[in-house]
Amino acid sequence: MRRSVSIAVLVAAVVIGIGTIATGQNHFLARAQEKAATAEVKIDNFSFGPEVLTVAAGTTVTWTNRDDIPHTVVSTDDPKSFKSKVLDTDEKFTFTFSKAGTYPYFCSIHPKMTGKVVVK
Amino acid sequence: MAGKVKDEILYDHNHDGIDRRGFLKCMAWAGTGAFCVMSGGVLKSYSLSRLPELSGKEASGELSFVQISDSHMGFNKPANPDVAGTLKAAVDKINALSAAPEFMLHTGDISHLSKPEEFDTVDQILKSAKPKDVFYVPGEHDVLNDDGKQFLERYGKGSKGGGWYSFDKKGTHFIGLVNVMNLKAGGLGTLGHDQLEWLEDDVKRLKHSTPIVVFAHIPLWSVYPEWGWGTEDSAQALAYLKKFGSVTVLNGHIHQVMQKVEGNVTFHTACSTAFPQPQPGKADSPGPMKVPAEQLKSVLGITDVNYVQGQHALAVVDSTLA
Repeated sequence: MRRSVSIAVLVAAVVIGIGTIATGQNHFLARAQEKAATAEVKIDNFSFGPEVLTVAAGTTVTWTNRDDIPHTVVSTDDPKSFKSKVLDTDEKFTFTFSKAGTYPYFCSIHPKMTGKVVVK
Repeated sequence: MAGKVKDEILYDHNHDGIDRRGFLKCMAWAGTGAFCVMSGGVLKSYSLSRLPELSGKEASGELSFVQISDSHMGFNKPANPDVAGTLKAAVDKINALSAAPEFMLHTGDISHLSKPEEFDTVDQILKSAKPKDVFYVPGEHDVLNDDGKQFLERYGKGSKGGGWYSFDKKGTHFIGLVNVMNLKAGGLGTLGHDQLEWLEDDVKRLKHSTPIVVFAHIPLWSVYPEWGWGTEDSAQALAYLKKFGSVTVLNGHIHQVMQKVEGNVTFHTACSTAFPQPQPGKADSPGPMKVPAEQLKSVLGITDVNYVQGQHALAVVDSTLA
């Protein structure tokens, strides 16, 4: 356990080091966000939060259903860019957005629930 | 009529005060329920406390059936960790009715997650009900993941397209509609072009005096569009039913009793057998309403419907499981 923690710290230090050298201090934060390349959408009270999520290309977005009622995450594009199975309470759906664009989606069970992922 | 809000009951022949406000009160005293008689397209409403004053002819009919809805088998969260138990209680209630219903309508959300074992459990429990025939329409929870394929295999024999169908019982024409498929982002329930065409054709041959009962999951009237409680193209469906003297629309989905009379049409939504939902706009979302365990059965229920031939009357009685 202790060894894996120290390896993680070391890896983080190396990544930070490379990031700092490669892009300079000013761009460090932006680079770190891109590196992290994950983002989250929470489903609460029959709504997606945030309703509009803006991410960099390559980001993996995770939706988590925190309602007592099942929901889905379904692209409204034709053809659909992504479509989750039904998500019961605390279940998750992930999708990686590789291309820039605007990706509207909704809950196909409760169509009043809509959201959007904007990929830059 | 001027100044009345749209969903008030416009006639109150029995001076019960059961207009919209009265009806909300009626939901509060859900332990007693409401009794409604439709006569010549006009609804008469009584509180159940007045039932003993009604003649037997008014209170029972030649055709009697029961509506159950929103069993949500598989749901296991507050306020109801035992939806199988409350469905059994609903069956007990049905079996205890003085006039045995001839059949049952299930207005959808049989299952919570469309799992085969959830449907199996409901089928098993309903086997102990005295009425043996059950007519189903799907709720959105019954058609998850497979566009309703499983639902149609189980319950859709003889139905058209996405599962709609009609049948006749003792002179009354029953129409089961499907408004939970192909829902569009930002929209409400949808019947769709094919189903509407079928409906127009289905009722063409009927006499105007034929009593019509339409049943579907999502309300066919605009209960609260902000929560998706309505159907986009229901106006078109109702236009095809305008010529009939008596139309009764039975829905589920909103897990509470609501009703409205508009011309010849009486709209009615049934309680769930699983969990209650908040009154429109009275909570942040339409999610399950948590009530103390001892109150649960007073907000769940069944709906018993009687048709008295020659009186053009449909009597709709809601009773809770308490």
